[in-house]
Amino acid sequence: MLNPGVESGAPRTSRRTVPVQQFLGLAGILGFLLTWELVPRAGIIEARFLPPASDVLGALLRASGLTAFWVSVGETMLAWFLGLLIAVIAAVVLGFLIGSSAFLAKATSSTVEFLRPIPSVALIPLAVLMFGVKIESSLMLIIYASFWQVFIQVLYGVADIDMVANNTAKSYGLGRMARIRYVVFPTALPYLMTGVRLAAAVALILAITAELIIGSPGLGREIALAQSGGAISGMYALVLATGLIGVLINVLMRFIERKALSWHSSVRSEVIV
Amino acid sequence: MPVRESSANEAQPMLSVRGLKKVYKTDGGEVEAVRNLTFDLRPGELACLVGPSGSGKTTLLKCISGLMAPTEGEVLLDGTRVVGPPKKMAVVFQEYGRSLFPWMRVRENVELPLKNQGMPKAERDRLVDEALEAVGLAHVPRSYPWQLSGGMQQRVAIARAVAYQPEVLLMDEPFAAVDAQTRADLEDLIRTVWKRLGVTVLFVTHDIDESVYLGERVIILSSSPTVIQEDITIDLPADRDQLNTRALPRFTELRHHVYEQIQLAKKGQRPAAAGTR
Amino acid sequence: MTWLKSLAYLVGLPLLLVLIWWGLTLGRPNFFFPAPGLLMETFGEVWFGERIITDVLPSLGRLFAGVAAAIAIGVMAGLLIGSVRWLRSLLEPTLEFFRAVPPPVLVPVLMLLMGINDSMKVAVIISGCIWPVLLNTIEGVRAVDGVLSDSARTYGVAGWARVRYLVLPSASPQIMAGVRQCLSIGLILMVISEMFASSSGLGFTIVQFQRSFAIPEMWSGIIVLGLIGVAMSFIFQWTERRVLRWYHGQKEVENAG
Repeated sequence: MLNPGVESGAPRTSRRTVPVQQFLGLAGILGFLLTWELVPRAGIIEARFLPPASDVLGALLRASGLTAFWVSVGETMLAWFLGLLIAVIAAVVLGFLIGSSAFLAKATSSTVEFLRPIPSVALIPLAVLMFGVKIESSLMLIIYASFWQVFIQVLYGVADIDMVANNTAKSYGLGRMARIRYVVFPTALPYLMTGVRLAAAVALILAITAELIIGSPGLGREIALAQSGGAISGMYALVLATGLIGVLINVLMRFIERKALSWHSSVRSEVIV
Repeated sequence: MPVRESSANEAQPMLSVRGLKKVYKTDGGEVEAVRNLTFDLRPGELACLVGPSGSGKTTLLKCISGLMAPTEGEVLLDGTRVVGPPKKMAVVFQEYGRSLFPWMRVRENVELPLKNQGMPKAERDRLVDEALEAVGLAHVPRSYPWQLSGGMQQRVAIARAVAYQPEVLLMDEPFAAVDAQTRADLEDLIRTVWKRLGVTVLFVTHDIDESVYLGERVIILSSSPTVIQEDITIDLPADRDQLNTRALPRFTELRHHVYEQIQLAKKGQRPAAAGTR
Repeated sequence: MTWLKSLAYLVGLPLLLVLIWWGLTLGRPNFFFPAPGLLMETFGEVWFGERIITDVLPSLGRLFAGVAAAIAIGVMAGLLIGSVRWLRSLLEPTLEFFRAVPPPVLVPVLMLLMGINDSMKVAVIISGCIWPVLLNTIEGVRAVDGVLSDSARTYGVAGWARVRYLVLPSASPQIMAGVRQCLSIGLILMVISEMFASSSGLGFTIVQFQRSFAIPEMWSGIIVLGLIGVAMSFIFQWTERRVLRWYHGQKEVENAG
């Protein structure tokens, strides 16, 4: 009988089941790779459109030995990091400023709600016009998209501040700076970390997008080149590489989040925005 | 032996627990939660189950209600073996906030089990109206459960069980999370509903006073591994009320006795007949 | 008087920004940023014509088809995978990897596998949008409250009825969060697939303007995309508020307590 809910009244399940779950997960990945290997070989999809897994993994291995590959990775990561950094700084400053002032919050609300849903890909033509194929094009897109993720979370964080705590601090003569350090920042930090984590994923997507469409330096451009040049296994290998980078960024962000919040008793779950 | 004036209809017991045993497998080895529970409930009986904490009350209830399979032994409902949640049984849980569907209004919550059975609307409406009336909630059918107080939410859960027209009603410490005044009201509500419907009730509680006030019979559980410590008949008058019944000397005697037994149970003293079986 | 105040807050900053923009472009025509007046004119010329039929509607149609399919498949697969524990353990790492792949890279891949046509563009949208919905549904199904689940079981609510009355509503807050991400990814992919590999559609049109240096036209295109994004956001929020009315109400009561 299927019962996905948590069973109450029974002791925790045996530790034996945990490695079973991990084993199953690994089996799933292997199963996927196996299917990928067999489908082109069996001719279900033509091998020149979808090379078997072994070819692609081989291409990836070869690429990892080439400097050019790592240069591309570096270019993507540079754009990602710079864009994210600028976006986070801007979002924190503006977020705190606007969030702490009721007047500013109300005055900017309509503008924010209008600008926020605008897809950053709409800026692609503008970026091309202004910056061509330089890294600035990537940065423009990355910063625009990442900014909103962090900004909204900071607004939520500032709004969540316990007024009683803040007033108590005021009555004890804590100046603005001290209050920010002891009341505002700790409350807003979990929200900020959530925002940074979301922004990190978005930043990667936009970095790759800019490189793919505009042709600014990085993995995305290499993928486009591989595809138009007919290096199909290479193209898939690069796609895999971007996926792996995505996973790494996820893991890294969760690690940073845990560290930064390890003193925080309750790690707030993602605000459903 | 029960000392009742009404003709003891000694036909088949409504609920029969035979040699119930439950062993959990954990990291530290096997934990025997329940060793041997055997008792019968006559049709229309209101029995209370008390025990010290950790006496496996929840485990027992899960096995009886078919939510969990026992390691050994069986449960019979009106002669039929229980292998999954049986149709003629309804359960009221302690956590009322989590047992009602928050996306449905009160009326829809009460109606759901009947709707699920495919009952036609007219009959459903009648049963739901009667049930809400019986628990005193005829005025809030359109509210959501989370808009109501704790006591009212538990009444909704009870109404849902009543509308379902079960033959056996299991209640798992239903009033433990409710304030004392509301608890008194709800206790009386249960007795009223029980008399009106003639349903067989197994009421699990840790509150000794409550068990004596409500039950025709109190079954006292030992500590883990659980067996029956004692099975007492409550020979208080059939008509009970909070003020007078609790002031009766007999009430105090019975209450005292149950309390004593539970203290013994907590210390690990068990009835001589208990052993591994 | 308060509605006047609300109105002031609503249009105050936007008006101010437009005025500044107008002031800056007064006199010397700027190459990158056209004057507001010119933009308004161009907007009307460019978009209120047959372009609606040849480019805008087909793009929106593909977007809608892709998102709808992604939600339907994501929810159904999520219900199944979330309910069967071993299946979930088997597939979750693989699915998480797929989710981590930046959706735009699938454009060249699908171009290769399917050629350049409508189904390819819809497939691109589905391939990117499905993951947030799927993974959020799995999570929502997994987290159904244990006591609620037991209650449903004791009253004989099983099988399809259990999905309909218990699992789906319980998971709906998570699913809606996934749908929101799905919508933004879908819009991005619609535009990208048309910019990269197409000869018609919104994305293609805008890129064409940029390539031929028709700047006011390009800006009008950017505004159209912005308007679509805003419209989708409004529709989503409106829908979410209705579908999750019980959830927001419950949260409010909990927070007050």
